[in-house]
Amino acid sequence: MQTDTKSKVEQASSPAGTPVTVLRFEGDISSASKDAVIGSYQGLSKATVKTVLLDFTKVEYINSSGIALVIQLLMEAANSGQKVLAFGLSAHFQKVFTMVGITKYAGLFPDQAAALATV
Amino acid sequence: MTTTAARATTVEVRLPSRLGFEKVAMSTAASVAKLMGFREERIDDLKTAIAEACINAIEHGNRLNEKLSVGVILSAGADALEIKVMDDGKGIKAQPTKPDIDKKMHGEEDPRGMGMFLIQALVDEAEWVVGSNGKGSYVRLVIRLDKDQDQ
Repeated sequence: MQTDTKSKVEQASSPAGTPVTVLRFEGDISSASKDAVIGSYQGLSKATVKTVLLDFTKVEYINSSGIALVIQLLMEAANSGQKVLAFGLSAHFQKVFTMVGITKYAGLFPDQAAALATV
Repeated sequence: MTTTAARATTVEVRLPSRLGFEKVAMSTAASVAKLMGFREERIDDLKTAIAEACINAIEHGNRLNEKLSVGVILSAGADALEIKVMDDGKGIKAQPTKPDIDKKMHGEEDPRGMGMFLIQALVDEAEWVVGSNGKGSYVRLVIRLDKDQDQ
């Protein structure tokens, strides 16, 4: 019954030419999403990837277990000295992420261009 | 929908204790709330609150035992929607606490455990009721129509 989470890794660069790795998620983000969220993040090189952009544009449902996975990703990124940004969240999930404090550790942006402009 | 009392309309759903089925309660609650005239922003709040209540009932109340079901009763009144989410567990005596993101980020607090906080923050009333005989506990949520903004 739980919808699978798909994830895709793409490379982008900021207007200043800084390379950014984009993790694009699709589907639900719940307790069943560990491989898609944590697994795909852990597949990135900690030596070369300095900025990670999370794309939630195609995510419709995130529950507290899914938010916990995002926090776990942020924790690992902070320990590796990586910067994390996010975009594509609905207004409701922007509110929820703000309520639980995620915005202290990951900037939220309306779209990819707005996020890249800050890198 | 079945009318059970003057100006109150009740809808009941029974869910298997399997993660993912909370979405059935979410879509049912959203449909009822839309019929009542709630605006989209409040319906989104309600969907997240009811999802978290059902997940708690499935995981902690019924401990993922698929022989047990989670009951959801939606009672639509003139100016509010009341939701009861019932399970066969012993109930939750703890009160919701605001997550401490710094502690979570430093591994001093479980990254999970935000469900009760989200429920309380997103609806107008949230009450956790422990069953009198050690089972049959429920959470009761109320979301009120704002006459000035909804409808």
